[in-house]
Amino acid sequence: MMERRADPSSVDPRELGLRVGLEIHQQLATRRKLFCSCPAELSGEGEPSDVFVRQLRPTRSELGEVDIAALFEWRKGRMYRYHAPRMHSCLVEADEEPPHEMNREAVVIALAMARAFNSMVVDEIYVMRKIVIDGSNTSGFQRTAIVALGGAVKLPSGKTLGIQSIAVEEDAARKLGEEGRFTDYLLDRLGIPLIEISTAPDIESPEEAYEAALTIGQMLRLTGRVKRGLGTIRQDLNVSIKGGAKIEIKGVQRLDLLPKIVLYEALRQKRLLEIRDELRRRGVSREDVVSNASIVDVSDVFKETKSKIIRRSLQRGGRVLAVRLYGFAGLLGVEVQPGRRFGTELADYARFWGGVGGIFHSDELPGYGITAEELEQVYKALKANPERDAVVLVADEERKARKALEAVVERAAMALEGVPKETRAANEDGTTRFMRPQPGSARMYPETDIPPLEVTEDMLAEAEKLKPPHPMEKMEELRRRYGLSDDLARQLLRSPYLPLFETLAEELAGKLSASYIASVFTNILRSLQREGVPVERLGEEQLEAVLRKAAEGAVGKDAVPELLAYLAKNPGASVEEAIEKLGLRRVDTADVERLVEEAVEKLRQEILARGQRALSKVMGAVMPKLRGRVDGRLVAEIARRKIEEVLRQASGAPERAS
Amino acid sequence: MSGLPGYTGAARRVLERAGASVGDYVELVTSDGRVFRGILMPRYALSQKPIVVLKLDNGYNVGVRVDEHAQVVVLKTREAVLREAAAGAPAPVPLLEEQPRREGLPRVSVLGTGGTIASKVEYETGAVKPAFSSEEILEAVPEVGFIAEIKARVVMNILSENMRPRYWERIVEEVAREIEGGAEGVVVAHGTDTMAYTAAALAFALRGLPVPVALVGAQRSSDRPSSDAAFNLLAAVLYAARYEGAEVAVVMHGETGDTYALAHRGTRVRKMHTSRRDAFQSINDRPLARIYPFERRIEPLQEPLRRRGAEELRVENGFEEKVALVKYYPGMDAEVIDFLVDRGYKGIVLEGTGLGHVGEWLVDSIKRAVDSDVVVVMTSQTLFGRVNMNVYNTGRKLLAAGVVPAEDMLPETAYVKLSWLLARYEPREARRLIRVNLAGEIGERHTLDLYPRWPL
Repeated sequence: MMERRADPSSVDPRELGLRVGLEIHQQLATRRKLFCSCPAELSGEGEPSDVFVRQLRPTRSELGEVDIAALFEWRKGRMYRYHAPRMHSCLVEADEEPPHEMNREAVVIALAMARAFNSMVVDEIYVMRKIVIDGSNTSGFQRTAIVALGGAVKLPSGKTLGIQSIAVEEDAARKLGEEGRFTDYLLDRLGIPLIEISTAPDIESPEEAYEAALTIGQMLRLTGRVKRGLGTIRQDLNVSIKGGAKIEIKGVQRLDLLPKIVLYEALRQKRLLEIRDELRRRGVSREDVVSNASIVDVSDVFKETKSKIIRRSLQRGGRVLAVRLYGFAGLLGVEVQPGRRFGTELADYARFWGGVGGIFHSDELPGYGITAEELEQVYKALKANPERDAVVLVADEERKARKALEAVVERAAMALEGVPKETRAANEDGTTRFMRPQPGSARMYPETDIPPLEVTEDMLAEAEKLKPPHPMEKMEELRRRYGLSDDLARQLLRSPYLPLFETLAEELAGKLSASYIASVFTNILRSLQREGVPVERLGEEQLEAVLRKAAEGAVGKDAVPELLAYLAKNPGASVEEAIEKLGLRRVDTADVERLVEEAVEKLRQEILARGQRALSKVMGAVMPKLRGRVDGRLVAEIARRKIEEVLRQASGAPERAS
Repeated sequence: MSGLPGYTGAARRVLERAGASVGDYVELVTSDGRVFRGILMPRYALSQKPIVVLKLDNGYNVGVRVDEHAQVVVLKTREAVLREAAAGAPAPVPLLEEQPRREGLPRVSVLGTGGTIASKVEYETGAVKPAFSSEEILEAVPEVGFIAEIKARVVMNILSENMRPRYWERIVEEVAREIEGGAEGVVVAHGTDTMAYTAAALAFALRGLPVPVALVGAQRSSDRPSSDAAFNLLAAVLYAARYEGAEVAVVMHGETGDTYALAHRGTRVRKMHTSRRDAFQSINDRPLARIYPFERRIEPLQEPLRRRGAEELRVENGFEEKVALVKYYPGMDAEVIDFLVDRGYKGIVLEGTGLGHVGEWLVDSIKRAVDSDVVVVMTSQTLFGRVNMNVYNTGRKLLAAGVVPAEDMLPETAYVKLSWLLARYEPREARRLIRVNLAGEIGERHTLDLYPRWPL
């Protein structure tokens, strides 16, 4: 019998022959969108917008192929409701006007990356239509164009990772939600230029996948021409192990999740292969599974059931259908990823192909209100052997339930071959779920509305100026030029604020140290985030304004975190307002002198007894009244002088005449 | 497709040397050592640069500059490529699972004139091939099979902008043939640019029309998932199969979304936008009906001119090609009119300013035209509203010169009508009939709501 739990720590990816390729999508910071003159940015709240509803029909290739996921949605009467903000979308996004010529600015940024990877640039760029029928593109396709092929990037480990292609493409609309058969999309993001960098499947470990994504992401940022912040960079992965299959995983937004997703997928494939081997050991064949899988209506068993889900379904006129999975006893409860069992994989298929809410299977029953007696009767109705077979139940409209169970049987039969080819979506916990079967080869058609764009010498010369240095070179420069520690330089390289750092480190030199500025962008923001401050809301202007105040001496350095926290929590507030509200208005030296004198007077005995060692007492008395309004070093300096005066008076030393 | 369409100069020579033709899978090595592999594509770009276009294995097309030293090797012929693609294709899946019942549905004929209501895309080249047999339409838009028994055929293949009056005559004949053959409704698929002209031509020529005739097209080509072709076709077939009236109408999207289509009277409709789905608008008239294709519902918006089966079809075919539609502009010179008269034109429709005016320096030439038996008709470039030439002096002078005011008729409709009248009547009778409402082209009453405004 197989171990039920899937333990990631038991996996050695290299031993499994792990191979990973990355597709990195990054929004470019151009002024305009890729195929129209709308600003390439997201809309603000309350912007006037128009709403319209559309349907997308699955198109058929000349070979008769239809995108199956799209076909299902269409058959179900899926409608897309588009929200078109008037400042950030136009007739092009509404698919009511042909696209304009491709934005050269975006192409030049992509060419800069091509130079950095030493890729082969094409001479004429052709825009293609990649069919995407989930509604996220009003046209039903994404416009995409290859700019360069081949090339390589060196990872910090010293490994050279191949680059397969560099493309420029349009971003999709933002999904707002679903409501019945309507899916809502916001059109502001549609058409924002993206660069897509595809690596060769040369990556051999989860850590290497992280390193590769990090390095390429850093290089993109070093062009200074990409967007920053959440949702501006997304990774797709393809993952395989020896004997497994190349699985596509879509839409990973968090870089730190990447190694986990890779590891979990390697684990899933390993576990599926183990399930296959276990089935073979049991002597089960595909034929056994398929020919013993007649779908039986077992509604009568559940006439008096306590299961709420089943009762509700029956009341609505649904049926309970069941099927036997020959030889699968105990295997549906086996985990393929932490918290995801083989039964969960079956349920994904049931949902996708049958449109049902889910399934019940024998490895989780009795349970969910279904009793042991009911389960026994189901086994009986199916002429199944509980020692040998698993059973699966679906309660829904009969037609849907039947389709769902057919899909479950088909998926179970695939288990005998190992890992089915799928496109999967990443979950928050690093596991993945089935999204759709993998389409054949990518179906792409020329975008006949856009003439090809010739890559000119001028464009290549502009690209040369944007060509990013390798992150290792940049790190060396940060250490040399700004005297940063290895650690700070490394952190800064990962920070979206690197360009702002460089600007401020130059401009504020002599007033604030580069190391201090770097620490604000790294350690200080991180610790604020840890405290729950929404630092992602901070704009560059705000960060800059706070640092300038500190540099001018208008606030003390120790007030900086507090100010940033205030600005993050109060969108729209100005730095002046924050200083005022927090009572951080700087006090002048005379006030400090007065406060210190008062404290020294009170602590006179202590000072006489302990001398300068009483300094901390004095500071302790004064600083709570001054924190953030004055530099602590100044207070200490004054306190030290006042203490000296007290001591001198006490020893009777004559004061120097001034 | 084969050979080397679009290739010239060095690119053509390099490809010819290798014996390559479009569709072959080739390897290209440039003189600077870059290596590309892919299917050779035709070159559609207008520039003469020596560029070879390849479809790479990942589906993308790229253009590679070549010189005489570039090397091309054919790795697989087009036949082998297509054979492999066909072998790898899965069994076709029908769009709908249910099959329509065949008996008892109204018979609707669908005639193709050159629009791409149904088309297929050839993956290897991206070329769009029209598909217009009944089977192909039912495969592409199977829903129509639930509304009507469809009989489809192609009668011509003309780009909308290349349409001519003599082609209207062919379409009139073909529609009449379908009606005489028992069609209970006819759909004419047509490019959108000149669809409104053809609609007017059918409306005048098909006298006593006993069944509805819908002209339909697509503003987004049918090879894309967002195409409006299927929606419009569905609405047009609904109109043809079920509409209570018997009129020629343009049936197209009613708004930008896929909610309803509008059936516009063929003599009152105009394409008012270059690219929007809802480009067609009724001018000086309400649409005949709103059609909800997904709900299979028709909502009448006004009384039809004629009910189904109320009259017998009498075809009065024929259009005079020596008719001009002339838009007046401030710099217009009288010699424009003189030219038409001297070249033997029989009718001129003027698109005048405001209530129906042209610069007074044209009056003499217009008088000369009328005296030469040329019928001169006045419409307005404002499109909305009625011409009235009694209000200002210039109007009165033009009337005195013999200009016929065309009421609230669209300039394009007046042009088609004059062309039709002059093919069968003497100028005198044509002048009289221009002002008689024959196919809903003239309205006597305009109410305040007949004019689009910005929403508040």
